[in-house]
Amino acid sequence: MTLPADYPYFIAAWILLCGLYGIVRSRHLVHMVISLTVVQSSTYVLLLAIGFRQGGYAPVFAGLHTGVKVVDPIVQALMLTDVVVETTVVALLLAMVVKAHEKSGTTSPDDLRFLRG
Amino acid sequence: MKRRHRLLLFAFGAVGIAFVYCAGALNMPAWGQYRGPYGDAIARLAVYQRHATDTVNAVTYDYRGFDTLGEEFILFSAVTGVMLLLRPEKQRAGEKKNQEGGNPASFRDRAALSETVQVFTTAIFGFSLMFGIYMATHGQLTPGGGFQGGVLLAAAPMLLYIAENTEAFQRIVSHPLVEFFEGAGAAGYALIGIAALTMGAAFLTNVIPLGMTGDVFSSGTIAAISACVGVEVAAGFTLIVYGYLREILSRAAREGQ
Amino acid sequence: MTVILGVALLALIAASALGVVRTDDVTCQTISLSFYGLLLALMFFLFRAPDVALAQITVGAIALPLMVMLAITRMKHHKEATGRARKEQQ
Repeated sequence: MTLPADYPYFIAAWILLCGLYGIVRSRHLVHMVISLTVVQSSTYVLLLAIGFRQGGYAPVFAGLHTGVKVVDPIVQALMLTDVVVETTVVALLLAMVVKAHEKSGTTSPDDLRFLRG
Repeated sequence: MKRRHRLLLFAFGAVGIAFVYCAGALNMPAWGQYRGPYGDAIARLAVYQRHATDTVNAVTYDYRGFDTLGEEFILFSAVTGVMLLLRPEKQRAGEKKNQEGGNPASFRDRAALSETVQVFTTAIFGFSLMFGIYMATHGQLTPGGGFQGGVLLAAAPMLLYIAENTEAFQRIVSHPLVEFFEGAGAAGYALIGIAALTMGAAFLTNVIPLGMTGDVFSSGTIAAISACVGVEVAAGFTLIVYGYLREILSRAAREGQ
Repeated sequence: MTVILGVALLALIAASALGVVRTDDVTCQTISLSFYGLLLALMFFLFRAPDVALAQITVGAIALPLMVMLAITRMKHHKEATGRARKEQQ
């Protein structure tokens, strides 16, 4: 069996669609927030796939000569930023969910009538 | 019925996204064949220019330092937003009486906590603090850095909460110094940038002496900024935890009396 | 060997991403989310991104489940408090 050479790109697409599916079928606001983190995790897989290099070392030169082939440190720095921002977004969204539950008494996104208009 | 329509609509959209994405992905460079010049340039230069062996942190805290400053302020404003949203509301007089007169219900499920958990979480507390500090201060040498260390530091008080040592947990989490450290961490980052301005260099230039490669006090501003970020993240996450638990903790204290 | 491990890990990640969004009970979903986060951390580790792996471990295993559990606890607590206040008014 041979895999297509770019399979990580398609895994990223799959994870993105899974997360969107979770958001669409969600019946609970917390479920929705968690599905959003799944959507965001697809970007990690994509960035990792872009920066990876066959046979490269990790870009940490503790005990490694500076001439060797390493994977791209710049996209890894981007992924680090991505992880941090994901956490802050989730913290803020969950606080909004808690507040919406206290104001409206419901956790279902379909019942949040008071947000309209 | 409405739900089924929504899923059907999503299915159409998903097929569209998948189609466009696959068309795009087929034109990407093949997996494992990285072709960008910048990654190679940074990997070759960072150790000589900045005396930092971890090039990822050299990029995050130095080459891309201005971007990370913005990211730190995202974190800062998110913590502010959480504290603002979850602030205790003024209770109306009648409600308050009702709550105080109510029969004390447990604020957490009173399953008997096993002694193993209690002993181990208390024992790990010190190690967690130590490891967090280690990680925040060695980001320029080995994988790690301010953010990772900060989250570990913020997780340490939660171990006390798991061990049902609620008084100690509350004393740490509600301490006024936590807010001070959150601001100080964010301000420290900006001040390091401004310090470069006073020396006649551009904002966030690495002006501190670089030291010897492989030393803890090497790499100039990278180590300093990493420590600032560690302080800010640790305090920020502690504040978020406090924001969520404040109401529950205060009620538990009321019922305990 | 690394290739086989990578394929297996990515397949596991794809399967558990679907698993996370298909879990309806949010408390169970927290556990599946932290499992998914650890799988992602393993993948970062395998594909030579140790910095991101550490960040993902701290976020996926500590920060996210912690915040979700705190939010769930707080919502449950609020429901109990309002329910009791209503009962006493009647």
